Amino acid sequence: MFKQRYLPLWITTSLLMVLFLIGSMQFDGFASSRVVMNLFSDNAFLMITAIGMTLVIISGGIDLSVGAVIALSGVATSVLITQYQWHPLAAFALILPAGTLFGALMGTIIYSYRLQPFIVTLAGMFLARGLATTLSEQSLEIDHPFYDFVADFGFELPGAAWLDLSTLIFASVFLLAILLMHYSRLGNNIYALGGNEHSAQLMGVPVKRTTITIYAASSFLATLAGIVFTFYTFSGYALAAVGVELDAIAAVVIGGTLLTGGRGFVAGTILGVLLMGVIQTYISFDGSLSSWWTKIVIGLLLFFFIVLQKGLNGKPAKTITSH
Amino acid sequence: MQPVLELKHISKRYPGVKALENVDFRIFAGEVHALLGENGAGKSTLVKVMTGAESKTAGEIIIDNVAHEFATPIAAQKMGISTVYQEVNLLPNLSVAHNLFLGHEPKRYGLIDHKAMTTQAEQLLSRFKLDIDVNADLAKYSVAVQQLVAIARGVAMSAQVLVLDEPTASLDAEEVQTLFAVMEQLRSQGVAIVFITHFLDQVYQISDRITVLRNGKQVGEYLTAELPQTKLVEAMLGKELQQLTARRSNPDDKHMAGDDENAVTFSNVSAKGSIQEFDLEVPKGQAIGLAGLLGSGRTEVCNALFGIDTLSSGSISLGGKVLQLSQPSDAIHAGIALCPEDRKTDGIIAPLSIRENIILALQAKLGWWRYLSKTKQQTLADFYIDKLQIATPDADKPIGQLSGGNQQKVILARWLAVEPTLLALDEPTRGIDIGAHAEILALIKSLCDEGMSLLVTSSELEELVAFANKVVVLRDRKKVTELKGQQLTSQHVMQAIAEG
Repeated sequence: MFKQRYLPLWITTSLLMVLFLIGSMQFDGFASSRVVMNLFSDNAFLMITAIGMTLVIISGGIDLSVGAVIALSGVATSVLITQYQWHPLAAFALILPAGTLFGALMGTIIYSYRLQPFIVTLAGMFLARGLATTLSEQSLEIDHPFYDFVADFGFELPGAAWLDLSTLIFASVFLLAILLMHYSRLGNNIYALGGNEHSAQLMGVPVKRTTITIYAASSFLATLAGIVFTFYTFSGYALAAVGVELDAIAAVVIGGTLLTGGRGFVAGTILGVLLMGVIQTYISFDGSLSSWWTKIVIGLLLFFFIVLQKGLNGKPAKTITSH
Repeated sequence: MQPVLELKHISKRYPGVKALENVDFRIFAGEVHALLGENGAGKSTLVKVMTGAESKTAGEIIIDNVAHEFATPIAAQKMGISTVYQEVNLLPNLSVAHNLFLGHEPKRYGLIDHKAMTTQAEQLLSRFKLDIDVNADLAKYSVAVQQLVAIARGVAMSAQVLVLDEPTASLDAEEVQTLFAVMEQLRSQGVAIVFITHFLDQVYQISDRITVLRNGKQVGEYLTAELPQTKLVEAMLGKELQQLTARRSNPDDKHMAGDDENAVTFSNVSAKGSIQEFDLEVPKGQAIGLAGLLGSGRTEVCNALFGIDTLSSGSISLGGKVLQLSQPSDAIHAGIALCPEDRKTDGIIAPLSIRENIILALQAKLGWWRYLSKTKQQTLADFYIDKLQIATPDADKPIGQLSGGNQQKVILARWLAVEPTLLALDEPTRGIDIGAHAEILALIKSLCDEGMSLLVTSSELEELVAFANKVVVLRDRKKVTELKGQQLTSQHVMQAIAEG
């Protein structure tokens, strides 16, 4: 059963497979479960962030604050653990709700004052980045038995691959997001909002609650991504994750979500992150290419996908205009 | 018997406008109640108040002897009032099934049950004889199908009161009959249906009771069976036929004004979803009036003339030469100008000055590389401000700050500056005060004397009859008759509108 709405998804999947195939033919050890699992564990924080971004973009909004929220979450975690000797789990228990509240606040401002999400989340970005820098200008290293435990935690997979905690967290977020978007009323409301906010409201969608929930979810996921990022770097740094919001947006678009809202898939976003990851892996395997080539290729891909979206959705959706 | 829903003394004010004033409306279970009135009468506002989309300024909404306040459409829906708005308010990006059940999705174990949703959607649509893929995006289907889906959604919410705002506007005759069958079925189940339409024959076919609004006030509530169509049109247009006996002294005089040369000829013009087989001759130096109820095709004639709607057959010619009108600029170059009906959205550019608004069309006609110097612009603006007596201290005032009548004059000036052969005026006197009315009418007369041809649409019949050499009556997007000479009285026009 082929539907036009799945077309961008198929294109991303095919590109991913083609690139992976080329890499496998060119380099030994490219096609290994280890490389694949590394794709997930290296990009887990980005995937978690990008899932949040997908919800926001499908609803017709944008969240520029996520990179800064990741940094703030990482720095706050490190400060609580190293300077206040909190147990990491206690730190998480404080930081996750705080991050969620931050997003809910942005959502409330966007809804109540009818402001552009772009500008509100831009303000949120400066605020979070500034707060992070105020907490600590230096990178703070985390040295805690819990982090050693996290680093050792995981499951051995065939081919010397390792399924680590970050990947597991990502996987559960992903499953929940799929359930949310396709099997819950909230998910339908998010799509409805992205289709046409006015119509959605007339059809009885609770616009205020949904808007606030969306931005709260995005900030929650960015905060979680910040924690996952500390598992990866064992530190918190105020200038970490600069530009991650843009990577996330790129992944969402490459994954076939319409930047104008209303259409898209969480699964597509994951494919988008993986595609970007494979390009990166390919370039690092090659060795001779500068890592900036990743950006060039992603730039070209983005152009391609934007034009594709325009082609698929060029005709504005028909609606009745009255006299 | 008690009404299921009663609105008492409803008033609604927007800044500067009284949209509704002391309107009563009631509806009983198991009846179709038609809500009628011309454009701007307040029908849509009343519906919005009734369904929670707008809050009322004063009055009461009573259900089962209890006064209710609807802050949101959801609140009204919870009280059993569901609405299908005039513009389809569905979501083209969602599937048909999702559109039908948004907010009421069938669930299983707390999750949405897609299978049940598909089955229920198909069952529901089969009542409307719609056999479509309910999992495809709504955007894939025609406007008529979307309209039926919107109505099906209203029905699915098992409402006590179902409000249908212009449900038949985009349906063909067969689809209308299907809809009526469903309405009859719902009526027999005790659902109260508020039916808003401008098709009078449909009113008589399906409705039991009629409420007429005019200028935001209630004219009356009638039983359909006891209200002849002529009386209904009277109620809607507001003039009693007896008072409208021919008043003009010498209607034939005006025929002398122009010679026999035709400025514009419509021959057998049809456009998809618009006018059908329309013939019209507009002689040079004459004013031709277009009359008919809202939706009868008045505006569509202007749109076809101005290149907004593409013709599917027939031709429009100017001075014997057939015109190729695929966009408004073609029309402007051919010497045709249009003052649109909706001044606010299609006419003025509110933040720009009067001068800039006036020179807009002329500059577009000249092309942007032949820039009008500021001095020339100023001279032109001053000339028209003086000639049309636009009340403003200077030409640099943003047009948005002027009154409606003065805005209308500026738009007129914009098109006069182009010096068109034919000027189409769609409702030139809508929403402006009486004084400005007279001035605009006087202007129309003097323009004709200067040899310009005019095509004027108006719902003010008396006005139309006063200045037009000939009035063309439209009904259901077709020409019904042409009235001129002794026949041209508002009484005759009204009869033609009512009886066809």
